[in-house]
Amino acid sequence: MRGGRLSSTREGAILPLIAVILALIAVWYVGAVALNAPQAREQLAEGAGLRDLAAATWSMTRPVLPAPHQIAVELAQSLFTHPVTSPRSLVYHAWVTVSASLAGLGFAFVLGLLLAIGIVHVRLLDRSLMPWVIASQTVPVLAIAPMVVVVLGNLGITGLLPKAAIAGYLAFFPITVGMVKGLRAPDPLQRDLMRTYDARPLQVFSLLRFPASLGFLFPSLRIAVTLALVGAIVAELPTGAQAGLGARLLAGSYYGQTVQIWAALFMAAAMSMLGLAAVSLIETLAARRRGGRL
Amino acid sequence: MVWAALGLIAATLARFAIADAASRMMIGTALAVAAFAIVALFLAMVGFARGEGWFARLATPTLFGLLLLWLWEMLVIGFAVPFVLLPPPSAIARAFGTHLGLLAQDFAQTYLHAVIAGYALGCGTGFLVALAIDRSPFLKRGLLPMGNLISAMPIVGIAPIMVMWFGFEWPSKAAVVVVMTFFPMLVNTTAGLAEVGAIERDLMQSYAARYGATLVKLRLPAALPHIFTALKLNSTLALIGAVVAEFFGTPILGMGFRISTEAAKMNLDLVWATITVAALAGSLSFGALAVLERAVTFWHPSFRGSS
Repeated sequence: MRGGRLSSTREGAILPLIAVILALIAVWYVGAVALNAPQAREQLAEGAGLRDLAAATWSMTRPVLPAPHQIAVELAQSLFTHPVTSPRSLVYHAWVTVSASLAGLGFAFVLGLLLAIGIVHVRLLDRSLMPWVIASQTVPVLAIAPMVVVVLGNLGITGLLPKAAIAGYLAFFPITVGMVKGLRAPDPLQRDLMRTYDARPLQVFSLLRFPASLGFLFPSLRIAVTLALVGAIVAELPTGAQAGLGARLLAGSYYGQTVQIWAALFMAAAMSMLGLAAVSLIETLAARRRGGRL
Repeated sequence: MVWAALGLIAATLARFAIADAASRMMIGTALAVAAFAIVALFLAMVGFARGEGWFARLATPTLFGLLLLWLWEMLVIGFAVPFVLLPPPSAIARAFGTHLGLLAQDFAQTYLHAVIAGYALGCGTGFLVALAIDRSPFLKRGLLPMGNLISAMPIVGIAPIMVMWFGFEWPSKAAVVVVMTFFPMLVNTTAGLAEVGAIERDLMQSYAARYGATLVKLRLPAALPHIFTALKLNSTLALIGAVVAEFFGTPILGMGFRISTEAAKMNLDLVWATITVAALAGSLSFGALAVLERAVTFWHPSFRGSS
């Protein structure tokens, strides 16, 4: 029954979503005409009609705003025409960025989990560390990204590690905060029950606190996935990195290759959605093991 | 309290001792004083952590922060870490003092122009659009998944495009901020407007309240906690957006410009001073919003419980 209700609400959302996306694409095409018109007029002969103008604005090599189909063509070309290992393939660049953010995410997960365990169990850490963890969220962490890359580069550490460090630094805050909340989620009644069972601290953790925290872990993981990707992309900006989605963005902005920028952006968005889908999949699997509910 | 005072004094002494240690071979003395300082500060923090009241609550994290800064300073000086890797906090403070005018100009360019204009515009339009689509369930169901989707995307990536469209001056940075702040505001306001329960709605109905009256008197106040969540989230996002957008091209001012050029010139003390400004600006705006939130949504359970 529950599945049936769920699918019906989803059906209810799909039609409006498609309508909104179609409207967005239509606005995009009109916007492409409007923004590219000054440039396109220079190339067109006198007396060219509106239809010629539209066609010209939708097929420029360096448009101010490329039309959606141009981006789609560029995406398809850079995805499928080159071998995956060639630097001209977007898959290669996406992998460079994604591998850095995955490494950072792993680092963030371990660190966030350890910090949360410490904060929940040790009062001193709770009082001294927690305010700084919260305060650090208000700091524009990304502004430090170029610094870390430069510092680590001076130490001779380049490539994946600096990017992973920034991705991890960004991603570990939501995980820490979410896990602290989650590990504290069991109420006193449940903790008392564990006491009456004479449970050891490790058992309280593995049987009560950790399972209770899963419901908080997955929402924070979703935020962390996006942040890790953003961190890896931004970390590629200041060093003049040769590969990665951030490098593609930077190269595109240097040479005015707007289509390339948009293709890299859409690739980044696709990677982010892939990450979110992976988290949802793990969440569903975890929920299934627990009997359908987190 | 005594331990805290002793620890702070010992820490100050150790800082001077370590600076002299290299020349006068007093490394042993310096280390002993430093060890004493750590133990004393640790004991002080343990003591404060047990205590209640606002002073103890404030003292523990403050001491911890001081301890971290001090450790940073001691380690950098003690191990003679090269200046280009990590300048000590004292050097950063000095750079902060000497380049105050420059930092203020950067702050004005990035924060007072780009961030505030973009933040106001992004949050404002997000809020208004949320109100506008409130009456149309069709649009809401279409736009909300879209908003959630876009919130999950690395939006900073549009920075090069905005720089191309709006030029190098601050409006391009403000444009990035607008796009970054719009969707969190839209999604949160819409969620907030749906917050009111059926009973309250029925009550308004029985008063024959119009749509506008229900909105202003019931649903907007109920949505405030969500709106403040978005405002606080956006205050950090806005600063990040503006700083990162400056990496893609900017006039000769701005915090992002300062960070990238001075890092390339190895003037790391100035870079860290700029980061300090950014951190202070971020924390202060967040703090101000938190205070405002407490004043406006004092009735919310999350504040009632803690007093």
